[in-house]
Amino acid sequence: MSAPQIEIQLIAVVIAAACALPGTFLVLRRMALMSDAISHAILIGIVLAFFITEDLASPLLIVGATLTGVVTVSLVELLNRTGRVREDAAIGLVFPVLFSAAVLLIARYAGNVHLDTDAVLLGELAFAPFDRFIVAGWDLGPRALYLMGGILALNVVIIGLLYKELKLVTFDAGLAAALGFAPAVVHYILMSLVSVTAVGAFEAVGSILVVALMIAPPATAYLLTDRLPVMLGLGALTGAVAAAGGYWLAHWLDASIAGSMAMVAGLLFGAACLFAPQRGVIAAARRRAAQRWEFAQTMLAIHLFNHRDTPDAATESRVDHLQEHLRWDPDFAAQVIHRAERRGLIHHHGQALTLTGEGMRVAREALVG
Amino acid sequence: MLATATATAHPITVRDLTVAYHDRAVLWDVDLDVPRGVLMAIVGPNGAGKTTLIKAILGLVPVVAGQVRIEGKPLAEVRRRVAYVPQRGSVDWDFPTSVLDVVMMGRYGALGWIRRPGHRERQAALDALEQVGMRDFAGRQISQLSGGQQQRVFLARALVQDAAIYLMDEPFQGVDATTERTIVGLLRDLRSAGKTVVVVHHDLQTVPEYFDWVTLLNVRKIASGPVEEVFTPELLRRTYGGHIAFLGQPDQDGTVAAVAGGEE
Amino acid sequence: MPDLLHDLLFDYTLRTVALGAAILGIVSGTLGSYAVLRRQSLLGDAISHAALPGIALAFLLTGSKAPLVLVLGAAVAGWIGTLLVMGVVRSTRVKFDSALGIILSVFFGIGLVLLTFIQKREDATQAGLDKFLFGQAATILAQDVVTMAALGGVALFLMLLFWKELKLLSFDPEFGSTLGFPIRALDILLTTLLVIAIVVGLQMVGVVLMSALVVAPAVAARQWTDRLGLMIALAGGFGALAGVSGAVISSTAARLPTGPLIVLCASALVLISLCFAPNRGIVWNALRQRRNRRRLHVEGEVIP
Repeated sequence: MSAPQIEIQLIAVVIAAACALPGTFLVLRRMALMSDAISHAILIGIVLAFFITEDLASPLLIVGATLTGVVTVSLVELLNRTGRVREDAAIGLVFPVLFSAAVLLIARYAGNVHLDTDAVLLGELAFAPFDRFIVAGWDLGPRALYLMGGILALNVVIIGLLYKELKLVTFDAGLAAALGFAPAVVHYILMSLVSVTAVGAFEAVGSILVVALMIAPPATAYLLTDRLPVMLGLGALTGAVAAAGGYWLAHWLDASIAGSMAMVAGLLFGAACLFAPQRGVIAAARRRAAQRWEFAQTMLAIHLFNHRDTPDAATESRVDHLQEHLRWDPDFAAQVIHRAERRGLIHHHGQALTLTGEGMRVAREALVG
Repeated sequence: MLATATATAHPITVRDLTVAYHDRAVLWDVDLDVPRGVLMAIVGPNGAGKTTLIKAILGLVPVVAGQVRIEGKPLAEVRRRVAYVPQRGSVDWDFPTSVLDVVMMGRYGALGWIRRPGHRERQAALDALEQVGMRDFAGRQISQLSGGQQQRVFLARALVQDAAIYLMDEPFQGVDATTERTIVGLLRDLRSAGKTVVVVHHDLQTVPEYFDWVTLLNVRKIASGPVEEVFTPELLRRTYGGHIAFLGQPDQDGTVAAVAGGEE
Repeated sequence: MPDLLHDLLFDYTLRTVALGAAILGIVSGTLGSYAVLRRQSLLGDAISHAALPGIALAFLLTGSKAPLVLVLGAAVAGWIGTLLVMGVVRSTRVKFDSALGIILSVFFGIGLVLLTFIQKREDATQAGLDKFLFGQAATILAQDVVTMAALGGVALFLMLLFWKELKLLSFDPEFGSTLGFPIRALDILLTTLLVIAIVVGLQMVGVVLMSALVVAPAVAARQWTDRLGLMIALAGGFGALAGVSGAVISSTAARLPTGPLIVLCASALVLISLCFAPNRGIVWNALRQRRNRRRLHVEGEVIP
């Protein structure tokens, strides 16, 4: 691997980790699409700041863009609070306006600058190594690395400091307010983190990948754990894997790096959906199948138990009657009877079924519990 | 026993109904016969599966095992005979539509595909609104209704279906006294007309006064039958597992005024 | 202004673009209303982003850049994206908004990969495809408008045909199910109509901005009426108005891309509606309150 290749991957991994942290809270608070809104809206902040400074590398761009992110969130809230626009519609209204205004301004007044609208969506990670951070004549590495590294550090610090508050506000906003933590303040701090992260990542990977990296890795982690600290860590790790994997995929396909990273993030999420140990689709199906057998056996026990002292006990306990009564097809019924017998719940003599002591215990337990 | 559909089949027959949700059984092996022309309450603690039972009868939730028959036949064959009044919270009352429009939706089943409601449907809807005392609100936007008014609109929507069996989910929840009286009157009218009415009810105190049959449910069916026989301290205690307080002495016929406490 | 009107009627390009924009506005406005009412506003965003790989694949597989082919690819991809969103929500604990965000960004990423793939393959041809990113209204042909009109017409026809069924689906699907209507099938129908509405507009407005045209007209229309039929008709009208306005304004000067302008016009309509619509308008209500207060004040002085 050459030095630029290593640098690109390093930058990508740092970006992914930085995105996963605030993204975790977006996922948990059901505000995933705020990342979409903010990452599109910040373009206008960048454009306006650019018009003021005329310098693409100015730090004012970051400030402007971050402010725009916060403004976006405020506008969405404002619209929602009028009572006439639902929150999802508000998001779908605010960011297209800001983004359209930005595209118009770029087309009209900045057409000859490298503020290319395609780059907005795609980013230019491949060029990142060429933009160096030079201090006192020393080449310290790619600027993007330091920028994102700083943002990653910022995220870690703020989330670390506000961990209790964030946790409370995410899971119990009412309690948080009652305890004196202003949920709104925490909310805006979180949104500011999202904005800063989106801005930093923007130049390298574009709007869409920011969304992918903020949502998919945390969602993947969400399927793998119930504990918040683990989810944060796993999210960052998954993002990092997606970043590195995406880079190599792009290298192999000779295609867009940002797109490949999004693809790998998606694949990891898909894999988690299917194969996650407890919450995955396959695990759930297996569990349901096992349960079906267990339920059926318990139902058989309960059915025999309920009818044992009744006049029609004799008919109700017959195998063929079961099939009709419980709507079990013959093969299924036979299987259930077989398993129940193996478990020691029933005795099976020809067509008649009787409950054992163990069977009675199981039935009673199920009825009481 | 179940396969034969006789002319005297019960309006609702439930056999061995088991419904599970997320690995947990919500209804276990429930057997129920609802006789014709009764006004039946289904009561039980929170999480007892009362709403689930109604929904299972209507085919709205998947069942793990068991069977439901409406007048001896599967639901799909006799949908016209059943009307459903869901909980008020199940719709977005901000939807742009009028009271009359909602009530007319009750006629959509009879209209079938594509046909639009016409004068006849409109008249039927207005009549139903008259019955629930909401005739003057026909043109009102539904977001402007109070809780009691919303409930009455849902009832009118069911009335317009002209069904034989009515299934209602907590129609008395959160309504004002006038509405409550109106609804009780309506239920009694339905019963007098020979309809069968099954109501998920949350208020134990009013059970003996409003209903003639009651089913006690807590995942399993504890008991079902006439109020005088079934609504007793012993059976209620079994249903609510001790979270229940009784007011005063049992009446002559053994029924009590009861209040359920200790739940959410 | 008279010049503009003249151009609108006699300038082939402007007429075509305006017509296309009007059709786009009507179709997305009316069908988008259902999405907004069912609180699925951002589904449009997901569908339009998910369409990108479909467009690229359609070209890769057929070698054709005919609008109908690309639109078909877009529709299939958008459709699959929606199915996946619903599938994820139904079978895991991941919520609707996260599922939308993931499908939206991942599909779009796949689209980007395919686009750069195509670009590397043959230099000249890709230029035709990335116009779907932001739309390129100015290059629209009469033939494209015909395609849009046909697809849009079919979608609107189906919406009108199943009017009461779709109303039932949107308002109270469970109740509808008890009446015997196949709610799942109707849901699929409505989603399909939404997908059609979106792919119709992609060529003009692009994937990024399309979602706004599904949401804005409906939100604006909602402020003016409480009747579903009128709201949907108004939404179509507002959509058309925004479309034509955007097209016309964009023709007045150079380097004014049509897509963003249409979105801005639509958003302006939302703002005006929010402020001035009778009964719901914010400014309207404030003015009325002031008038009432003044009246009360005057009456108060008269009564001893």
